[in-house]
Order: sequence, then C-alpha cells, then structure tokens
Amino acid sequence: MLKTRIIPCLDVADGRVVKGVNFVDLVDAGDPVQSARAYDAAGADELCFLDIKATVENRGTMFDLATRTAEQCFMPLTIGGGVRTPDDVRDLLLAGADKVSFNSAAVADPDVVARSADRFGSQCIVVAIDAKTVSPGKWEIFTHGGRKATGIDAIEFARLMVKKGAGEILLTSMDRDGTKQGFNLPLTRAISDAVPVPVIASGGVGTLDHLVEGVTKGHASAVLAASIFHFGEFTIGEAKQHMANAGIPMRLS
Amino acid sequence: MLTVIVDYESGNLHSAEKAFQRMAIETDAGQVLVSSRPEYVARADRIVLPGDGAFPACWKELHDHRGIFEAMDEAVNQNGKPFFGICVGMQMLADISHEYTDTAGFGWISGEVEHISPTDKTLKVPHMGWNDLVIDRPHPVLDGIKTGDHAYFVHSYHFRAAKPENLLAHCDYGGDITAIVGKDNIIGAQFHPEKSQSAGLKMIANFLNWAP
Repeated sequence: MLKTRIIPCLDVADGRVVKGVNFVDLVDAGDPVQSARAYDAAGADELCFLDIKATVENRGTMFDLATRTAEQCFMPLTIGGGVRTPDDVRDLLLAGADKVSFNSAAVADPDVVARSADRFGSQCIVVAIDAKTVSPGKWEIFTHGGRKATGIDAIEFARLMVKKGAGEILLTSMDRDGTKQGFNLPLTRAISDAVPVPVIASGGVGTLDHLVEGVTKGHASAVLAASIFHFGEFTIGEAKQHMANAGIPMRLS
Repeated sequence: MLTVIVDYESGNLHSAEKAFQRMAIETDAGQVLVSSRPEYVARADRIVLPGDGAFPACWKELHDHRGIFEAMDEAVNQNGKPFFGICVGMQMLADISHEYTDTAGFGWISGEVEHISPTDKTLKVPHMGWNDLVIDRPHPVLDGIKTGDHAYFVHSYHFRAAKPENLLAHCDYGGDITAIVGKDNIIGAQFHPEKSQSAGLKMIANFLNWAP
C-alpha cells in the first residue's frame, strides 16, 4: 500500500535555512545540509528546499546545496524558488535535485511547464500553487510570496498545470502559512479532488492533528511542514506515529 | 571492476551516480563511471541503465546515442555481464510499451508496459511515493531485502511480465504493480533504489557484488 508522505520543507536564503511567518520576520534555523541529513536519518519521506531569495547571484549556492545534499541523502529532493526555464530545471536536476518546482513562472507562462515536462518527464515537474481565499469556496492564485494577486482561479489553474504536464501540485494556503492554525482544508480538498496527480498540502501546520486533517479531510497525498519540525516541537517519528494512529498508512520503519 | 551507468541524457543521473559510488566504496566493488560512450559500455563489468520520463522519449534518446544499445546488447546477451535497469530503464527490458504509442522494447524479459489503472479510482496516477515490497522470488540482488521493506516509486506505467518466473517482487496499488523483474544476468527495478534509503542502498550493494 502506498504511504502518505511527510515532507519537511527547508526555506533557504543565502545558503541558510529560514522560515518566515507569513513570509516576513525570517529566523535562522540552521545549515541546510545538516538539516537534510537529520531529516534523512529521522525517516522523512522526501525533502524540499525552497530558495526564497532566488536571485541570479545566489543560484550557485543552491546548486552547491543540492549537490552536497544528494551526496549524503538517498531520498527524493525537490528544489524550488526562482525556477523560470527548462534550462533552470536541467541545471537543478544535474546539481542533484530529483524534482523541480515552478511557481511564479508557471503563472506567467503555463507553457514553460509543458516544455519542461516534455523534456524531463512529468515525474520531476512540480507546480507550487500559492492560493488565497477571495470569497467562501473561491480561491485565487497569488505570486511573489503572496503579495501579488493574479485573478486566476486556483482550481482551474491546478487543472491547467496538470494538463501541461505537472506531475505533482504543491499547494500552499497563503491565508494559513505561518499561522499554525492548520491547513486550509476546503481549498486542499477542492484541489486534491480536482486533479489526478498527487497534491502536497502546505501552509499552517501547528499540531500533529493538522497533518492528519490534511489527509483525511483535505484528501492530500502528502503533507509539508517546516517550523514544527525545524524547531524541534515534534519529530518526524512522532508525526508519523500520530498519523498512523489516526488510521493513515505511513512508512514507520 | 568497472560499473558503467549509461548516460543517454534521460533525467537525473546524479543521485544514481552518488549511490552506486558510495556502495562501490563500501563493498570494495571497484570503479563506477557515468558514460555515454559505447566503448566504455563494452568494457564494463556491470551495466546500469537508468531512465526518467516517457518511454518513447527515453527510447529515442538511447538510440540517438549511436552504438550504445549495440554495446549493451553484446555485453549483456553475449558476454553475460550483469545488467540493472531502473525505472524506464527497467521498462525498456519489455517486448513493447503502450505509453502514448506502441514502442518496441529490448525484448530481454518478455512482457508489456501498460498504464497503471487502480481498481480504486480515488488512487492517484502517477503512483508516487513509498510503497512496501512483496518479495515473490528469492534472488541474490534481493539478499537482505524482505517483504514489508519500502521503496520509492514514481511512475504511471508498469511492466506486466509475461512469465511469472521473471517477477521477483511487486507492490499493491489498487492491484499488483510490478516492482522487480529478473532473468539470468538481468535485473530491473521499477522504483528508484538510489532514492530508497537503506533498502535501496542494500540492493545496489548486492548488484555490485552479484556474480550471476
């Protein structure tokens, strides 16, 4: 039986892990490669690095991080942040990423997802969707760290991304990110039920029950969290056991 | 001893390279080289064929690298060198794939590559993530790997082996999904051993020391 995945996400800027509350007030939470090794040893199912500065000048730092992580962690690694072209995908895959995540660039030019999926396969193309509630039961895409409204409907956009070749959707609720109030469950369920590919729920985890709800009520295939793991509030093992106790199939060994 | 990971510009070889290199060092199994040159494939003591993406695209890339298929074919089928296909590299062992269009495979292990169609329609395709293996037949490359061990899968198509004796392991995803096939000096894994933590590394170490 396929297991539900727990994915710790490391927000990275200038080669260091950070986690913003609503994307401001960054706090330094350590060395990314050390964190990656710790999560590998703790039984995380995948790892995610998001380059939150993603300027041209610091791309090299991310390639170096990917390479050093891949040398030491034999588990799937997704890298996102500032990915704009199929060549960016190629460079990150060659550096050591297993999957690459598009965000703003996919909103600006949905065909970049198709061109990348055709070249490298859907299995390594993730589209990160940042959505905000605009009215009950209606969510829109926001870009640039949640600052820029696009007017694009989140469900329609998710369907379009899958049609273009996205193999997975990383869905972040911008209303909830950093709040520790739990995932936006109606949004998560609406997207998960609308697309045939796996959806990773993200944004708002504060308790282990939130992880459970993301799967049981949000229908997500995987759950992503950062601060609850980085600051040692819960271990990966505790999270997995809690989810298993709630009846969710987990990889415990 | 020389193990060659065949580079035909299909996806990410970095993690495969690092995993095979690490296990080659740990088990004193010689050199691991990533190469797209037929002369290195011809000299290899072991061959690894990875593959990410769509079957027809992988097939085209492989045959665009002139001489590389012929070098593999001779090494594996005439000289009996151990061969390890991973993901689409495993699917290419089949007679035919139905992904997008019908594409002939190597025909080294009889079977067809078909779309995954879980009986439970709520199950997502691609089959992505960790699934537990059911070992169907013992094999030297599976030494120390047992039913219940987890492996990391990412795929929408799978290998339906024509002969039960070639099916070494499967997993369940709304029906049986082929996980490992094998025949003589050839083995193939649908999952990614290089991303499957301890069970995957064990399988790689076993392959590097396998003398079929």
